[in-house]
Amino acid sequence: MTGILPASEPALEVPLEIGGRSFRSRLMVGTGKYRSNGEMVRAIEASGAEIVTVAVRRVDLDRSKDESILHHLPADHYFLLANTAGCYSADEAVRYARLAREAGFNDFVKLEVIGDRETLLPDVDGLLAAARELVRDGFRVLAYSNDDLITALRLEDAGCAAVMPLASPIGSGLGLLNPYSIRTIKRRLSVPVVVDAGVGTASDACVTMEQGVDGILMNTALAEARDPVTMAWAMRRAVEAGRAAFLAGRMPRREVAVPSSPAKGMLE
Amino acid sequence: MPDLAITVNGEPRTVPGPATLDDLLHGLGLDARTVVVEHNRRIVRRPKLGETPLAPGDAVELVHFVGGG
Repeated sequence: MTGILPASEPALEVPLEIGGRSFRSRLMVGTGKYRSNGEMVRAIEASGAEIVTVAVRRVDLDRSKDESILHHLPADHYFLLANTAGCYSADEAVRYARLAREAGFNDFVKLEVIGDRETLLPDVDGLLAAARELVRDGFRVLAYSNDDLITALRLEDAGCAAVMPLASPIGSGLGLLNPYSIRTIKRRLSVPVVVDAGVGTASDACVTMEQGVDGILMNTALAEARDPVTMAWAMRRAVEAGRAAFLAGRMPRREVAVPSSPAKGMLE
Repeated sequence: MPDLAITVNGEPRTVPGPATLDDLLHGLGLDARTVVVEHNRRIVRRPKLGETPLAPGDAVELVHFVGGG
């Protein structure tokens, strides 16, 4: 496909920097819940994502299936970002983060400390405690957060490399529920803001990027699409389009119409 | 040395003693390069697996990366 933007695409060439690393793609993707590993690999490829999240779990000792995700994701091709999904306390999250780091890929972690099983919303106290501990321990922490400015500011103060406020609850596909909160967080923080969770379809991704955030992380929107590969293709372009629209600067909103054709020169 | 009753990934297991963590991994058919080992809540790095003996009652966790968001 030829670009609609000028050939140089200057604005889009600015890389995303997180924790001293530089990334071209502003779309990050998870690896959970795909119907097959083959479909996952093709979807990730179509998404253009460089940062790919993984979870830490016990090895299945029955070995009915040896399902280390690493058999399918070449670690030299993707930047593996381990998460602490499923952790309900700071201690537990720190433990998972340390195990993940020991796998030897990098010292980045997507920190989740969950506070409620129904909504999977973050436990702010636990999140801040774990973030401080992991930063002290040399981790580059990307903190999954609610869309609250004060929490985001505290996570930045704690030394997080990025703050990841939710668009809406994990796996909900409800899209961006509070654009104002996300804009405010982006405006007030110096570290990158990557919206994590809740994006359901391409328009959600586009609107989210139009708020000016640095990137989006998604999983279920791809894995549960009828056709994950095509959805990944769409998401890649939606993220790029939203980013470009933000950089281009939208027209003002008006409550009245303003004609696009000249009022002058009409026939008598 | 008698068999060692230990816990691996939350399940009781018996391994022939004496044994190291490396022996445990071999016995389970696991490749140390794809597994991270926690021994009584302490992470044991790969080079140390062969020199870390198991004792009765030890708790071992063997984890790896799986799909997640």
